[in-house]
Amino acid sequence: MSTTADSLHLKPHEAHDSHHDADHKPGFFVRWFMSTNHKDIGTLYLIFAIIAGVIGGSISGIMRWELMEPGIQVLNRAWPIGAGTANFDEWTHHWNVLITAHGLIMVFFTVMPAMMGGFGNWFVPLMIGAPDMAFPRMNNISFWLLVPSFFLLLGSTFVSGGTGLGAGTGWTLYAPLSTSGSSGPAVDMVIFSLHLAGASSILGAINFITTIFNMRAPGMTLHKMPLFVWSVLVTAFLLLLSLPVLAGAITMLLTDRNFGTAFFDAAGGGNVVLYQHLFWFFGHPEVYIMILPGFGMISQIVATFSRKPVFGYLGMAYAMVAIGVIGFVVWAHHMFITGMSVDEKMYFTAATMIIAVPTGVKIFSWIATMWGGSISFETPMLWAIGFIFLFTVGGVTGVVLANGGVDTYMTDTYYVVAHFHYVLSLGAIFSIFAGFYYWFPKMSGRMYSEALGKLHFFLMFVGVNIVFFPMHFLGLDGMPRRIPDYTPAFAHWNYISTVGYMITIAGVGVFFLNLIYAFTAGKKAPANPWGEGATTLEWTLSSPPPFHQYSTLPRID
Amino acid sequence: MRLIGWAIALAAAGLTPVAAQGQTNTPAQNATATTVPTPPAGTAQNPGKPDAAQPAAVVPGSVGHAIPTPGIGEPDGRKGIQDQVTPIGEEALGFHNYWLLPLCAIISAFVLVLLVWALFRYRRGANPVPSRNSHNTVIEVVWTLVPVLILVAIAIPSIRLLRHQYSPPPADVTVKVTGHQWYWSYELPDYGVSFDSYMLKEANDPTRQANQRARTNDDGPPLLAVDNRLVLPAGKVVKFIVTADDVIHSFAVPAFWLKQDANPGQLHETWAMTNRQGVYFGQCSELCGARHGFMPIAVEVTSPDKFAQWIAQNGGHMPGAKPAAPAASGGNGGGVSTPAPATPGTATTPTPAPNNKNVANRATGNA
Repeated sequence: MSTTADSLHLKPHEAHDSHHDADHKPGFFVRWFMSTNHKDIGTLYLIFAIIAGVIGGSISGIMRWELMEPGIQVLNRAWPIGAGTANFDEWTHHWNVLITAHGLIMVFFTVMPAMMGGFGNWFVPLMIGAPDMAFPRMNNISFWLLVPSFFLLLGSTFVSGGTGLGAGTGWTLYAPLSTSGSSGPAVDMVIFSLHLAGASSILGAINFITTIFNMRAPGMTLHKMPLFVWSVLVTAFLLLLSLPVLAGAITMLLTDRNFGTAFFDAAGGGNVVLYQHLFWFFGHPEVYIMILPGFGMISQIVATFSRKPVFGYLGMAYAMVAIGVIGFVVWAHHMFITGMSVDEKMYFTAATMIIAVPTGVKIFSWIATMWGGSISFETPMLWAIGFIFLFTVGGVTGVVLANGGVDTYMTDTYYVVAHFHYVLSLGAIFSIFAGFYYWFPKMSGRMYSEALGKLHFFLMFVGVNIVFFPMHFLGLDGMPRRIPDYTPAFAHWNYISTVGYMITIAGVGVFFLNLIYAFTAGKKAPANPWGEGATTLEWTLSSPPPFHQYSTLPRID
Repeated sequence: MRLIGWAIALAAAGLTPVAAQGQTNTPAQNATATTVPTPPAGTAQNPGKPDAAQPAAVVPGSVGHAIPTPGIGEPDGRKGIQDQVTPIGEEALGFHNYWLLPLCAIISAFVLVLLVWALFRYRRGANPVPSRNSHNTVIEVVWTLVPVLILVAIAIPSIRLLRHQYSPPPADVTVKVTGHQWYWSYELPDYGVSFDSYMLKEANDPTRQANQRARTNDDGPPLLAVDNRLVLPAGKVVKFIVTADDVIHSFAVPAFWLKQDANPGQLHETWAMTNRQGVYFGQCSELCGARHGFMPIAVEVTSPDKFAQWIAQNGGHMPGAKPAAPAASGGNGGGVSTPAPATPGTATTPTPAPNNKNVANRATGNA
């Protein structure tokens, strides 16, 4: 276990649960390319998400660099993504390719694989006392559909998207910009990419639902499941119900583009806003798909480091169910200025604000979990604390945006960009790092460096706030989203924001240093490094767990 | 990891050239650019226009070329919402600045204080033995109901604002706004005026053609100034009928609290009314392709007299002393009424429209 590669093989080094043949591992190729082991597949997902995250994060670096000063100074260079920089329209098309790729990569290839594929696969079976997922081979195909999907997305940037190379439609792929507005195969490749990613997620969702409903250890009733498992269960239902709608909508785009249908073409009797309804019927549950597993992880972490059970467990579980249900009936708040009637606006305003109630229950329950606790401040806890506050900030700006009349001004400005990065970049990503540090000793069998972990947290906490808080000011001052150049009045806060990006990237660098440290010099992790607060089943296993666990099912009283 | 390093290196390398180019867009460079070639009167670009109405060059301050007030109707780097000049905008601004924003701040601060206090008071050093308390029905009911009450207190003014937005007074002036890749065209059907509006490029912009007028400071800020502004009368209710002829655009004027997607194949209606004369800038607010960031909107609000003068200059005609005709169906917000031609993109009016295929030089400000 002296090299990184060896460590990733996750050799169990204790005979804890392995007096049968639990330790028998297949060879390298069979183990990693034909894997049916939930832990190995989880590891693959995490590696995939880290690679995709680095690409998506580098793209945001190019974008911040371009926006650092007024004028076009970066897009007019040669780039690996969206290359081809002959004229002004190609430069600015390149910008649209960058925003499209950044959005799609972060949503479909970083956050979702990390949360559901990575942590979900790793810890749902461990936490409910199951030996593996219900459908191990389907689990494998879920992961391996994602890889060609990612290659299709990346590959789309090397083929024509109309004005230039790559798809410049935004991650929402609004028609008719994505149909008659973008000739060439790039948008088709993006559509196929999303088809594959969607199929992957639907299969994964089926697997999670089946596993959670059928493979809980004796005594593990639904109301005793850890909140992370609850969050994955709710998320799996959201995926299962929303992704087919996306698949239908983008298939209609595909036939509009290639086979002469006119679903979204007014000239043929179609309706351009119909696409937006279909997209956001998927898209709004999708934002909860990206945050609910984070809620689950934060609950586990806050309880562990407060050495207290989660406050209001049932309220917490059903708050997530409520968020999932309401999340399906608020979609058109993304479309307030598309020409809705006043009645629609009033309904979607009211329905959207209601989501603040279960979200508030969660925030207050986390604080109440800490209340009376015995809190220690290891790295995962720092990320969880950062998450709670920053998610609150992103939440209150969400309440501002929920008001249809106010949203007229804010929508499609940087205020919205600030809002959704507060809940995603500072919400979902913070919870992913919290979960990663929390479970890293369990997954790898190594301890990371607390000092580096804390440095990573503080750099990133400061950095992302400097990146995204000024965007509120830009949006209120009227700066539209998705523009590669701006009038000089916006220069000051854009410059500050880019400085924040540099701090953030330094933090990410510390994260990778910490990984190197852990795999080369990290101490061996005990079965439970977090002490008496860590009460879920995964901490009863060795670190890393045996290749196959729970040959004798645990009993929960 | 290597990619991260790559990104850092790129970011670092970017600083130098960027800093060197930092002055690229300073407005001062273009201060003398008003002396642009002007086509002779009555050329193909302005067929049939009365010669007398054509100034030899742009006269700053004349109708259609009013000089914008810095900080009003345009961004100025502030940390808040732009000054509002319409009743709806003032109501919404008050709702945001004096109700939503304080609530947001108070809630965030409240959560922060609770969090910091819990972390401090119950740190392991101060409280080595945790309580096992995990339920308290009263407090759970409280933190469910209190947010509900807060939301009701937000919803009431919010719904009122929506009702006001969707209850426009009868319209005095109707403007059909059409988004194109990548410019706007405006049509005032009751006045027989229609024209295109393109962004004015900088004098040193290599993509600017020789016959295109360069932006000057009197036109407005870079990337916001346009060649032909939409001129509207102060104190009149203006109905905008918004559509597009290729992809979705969005017609936005922040100082009016106005934003309406321009959907091809659909006509949507919104409105504005302001008593303040001035120039108000906006930008296309829905991703519409390569030059999405380069199709600004500029609305000049002027006195009714000057508006009539502008109409005449542009070959239009005043419908009469009392412009009553377009007001007929103005009362139903959100509904579609079509005094404008129903087919997007084929604006046909009695007066000749300018050539809208190219970014032609319309230095006279006439359409």
